[in-house]
Amino acid sequence: MFGLKSASLFGDTKKLEREIDEFVDIVSEVGLVFKSIVPTYLNHSANGKFEEMVEKVKEMESKADKITKDVEHTLYEETLIPDARSDVLRLLEHIDELIGMYQGNCYHFSIQKPNFPKEFHEDLIELTETVVNCVESLCLTVRSFFRDIKSVRDNAHKVTFYEKESDIKFSALARRIFDSELPLDQKMHLRYFVEKIDRICDQAEDIADEVQIYAIKRSV
Amino acid sequence: MEITILIFLFGGLFLGWSLGANDAANVFGTAVGTRMVSFTSAAIICSVFVILGAIISGAGTTETLGKLGAINALPGAFAACVAAGISVYLMTKVGLPVSTTQAIVGAIVGWNLYTGSSTNLQVLITILGTWILCPIIAGVIAMGLFTFTKRVILNRKLHILRLDAYTRTALLLAGAFGAYSLGANNIANVMGVFVPISPFTDVTIGNLFVFSSKEQLFLLGGLAIAVGVFTYSKRVMFTVGNDLLKMTPVAAFIVVISHSIVLFLFASQGISAFLQSINLPSIPLVPVSSSQAVVGGVIGIGLLKGGKEVQWSIAGRISLGWMTLPIIAALISLIVLFILENIFNLTVSF
Repeated sequence: MFGLKSASLFGDTKKLEREIDEFVDIVSEVGLVFKSIVPTYLNHSANGKFEEMVEKVKEMESKADKITKDVEHTLYEETLIPDARSDVLRLLEHIDELIGMYQGNCYHFSIQKPNFPKEFHEDLIELTETVVNCVESLCLTVRSFFRDIKSVRDNAHKVTFYEKESDIKFSALARRIFDSELPLDQKMHLRYFVEKIDRICDQAEDIADEVQIYAIKRSV
Repeated sequence: MEITILIFLFGGLFLGWSLGANDAANVFGTAVGTRMVSFTSAAIICSVFVILGAIISGAGTTETLGKLGAINALPGAFAACVAAGISVYLMTKVGLPVSTTQAIVGAIVGWNLYTGSSTNLQVLITILGTWILCPIIAGVIAMGLFTFTKRVILNRKLHILRLDAYTRTALLLAGAFGAYSLGANNIANVMGVFVPISPFTDVTIGNLFVFSSKEQLFLLGGLAIAVGVFTYSKRVMFTVGNDLLKMTPVAAFIVVISHSIVLFLFASQGISAFLQSINLPSIPLVPVSSSQAVVGGVIGIGLLKGGKEVQWSIAGRISLGWMTLPIIAALISLIVLFILENIFNLTVSF
């Protein structure tokens, strides 16, 4: 009886480990797609390739949602990690929201088609890259929370670093937009997009802070 | 078997029930309290291994209790067990984790005082000495194991889920070992006083295996402990698991294994004989308190973490309970013996 239960315990554990790894992979992949989406949009203005990439982000977001539900179900069903279960689920939900923010940005580009003059392209691409780097560091932080608790702090520190970088780039770009000769409605429209991209970093930093607290709680 | 003998044996069974409700909770309390092991799994494993420990290795500590005071009449043994059982029940009501060990020793001394029998001071001092040593040894073992385990876990970089699975398995194994050690070490408390006056006779099964009267008594005692585990230990398990120090599942495992090692050390005739054979001082085979071992282990881990998280006021209350319990048991024993002798006209000693 106990042998069978124990076999299923280890089976569930391996399956969950794979799912959580896969979930973090998705966050990382969505970031990489997003990094390509912005230059694609800027260069070819809503062409077929851009829409194809948006569709890909949507698919990845649905997959992440499914994994979150599966993990939640198994953790409660099998009463695994009772001391850290609520923390892990909250963490996955917040990361899922982050994927949602990427997806939201893609949709807004697709629907609203903001007109970024060429002079802002480079700054916007740089901001996007910083944001993606920030989320990449978050992925490392999350992976270390699950496997190597000692590295959580170092990786979380990188998230904070990129978040500050992103703030600086956002402020500089917003300032340049408002200093330009563009009409006010366009300035506000562009600022809305820049701000929405920068917010991904804020969310990543909040999650990294959260992970650090969970790591302290998880200490043996 | 006479009906009166059965009635007297109920005294021991009542004490066995107390042990199951209280001391057995120490074995799985931290595991169930941290919700790593379900109560049903804990209760089944605990019951099976307590019975096995009692039958296979319960003889050593029984001899020591016999030396403390050889109760030679069934009503006397009944009185000692009832006194111990009542005192444990009273302390449990106050919410203090006490052990039948302290209670039965107090009750036997009470019988000695009442009947004018001499108390073997050497044995008494040995028993009291182990009660001081037991939590200290458990604490030291817990500190060492915790430091080692923590280092291994951090270096191996185990996934949180893998660690959880390993910890669960370790808790079940440590719990089984703990239950076995508890049965081996503490069955003397429950049935020890009945051994010299056992109403059973040896049974030979198929000319191969002799089921001695002592083993039959221990089986009965083990079953009583199992009933205590199933009927009353759940609440105590959650108290033990959460009150004194908020513990992680790994810390819970360390507490259980430290407790089990201590109980096993003080019950193992094999280890004692081995130490003697290499001219080392042997470990006295004494029924030690599982509550003391658990509390010692918990405080050991608390001290490693800086000591701030330990609820010292609760630890103080528990220690006070340990000191007063044998005295209360002795007093109740005197009262019960008086009642049996003077109201029911029973012979409490020969």
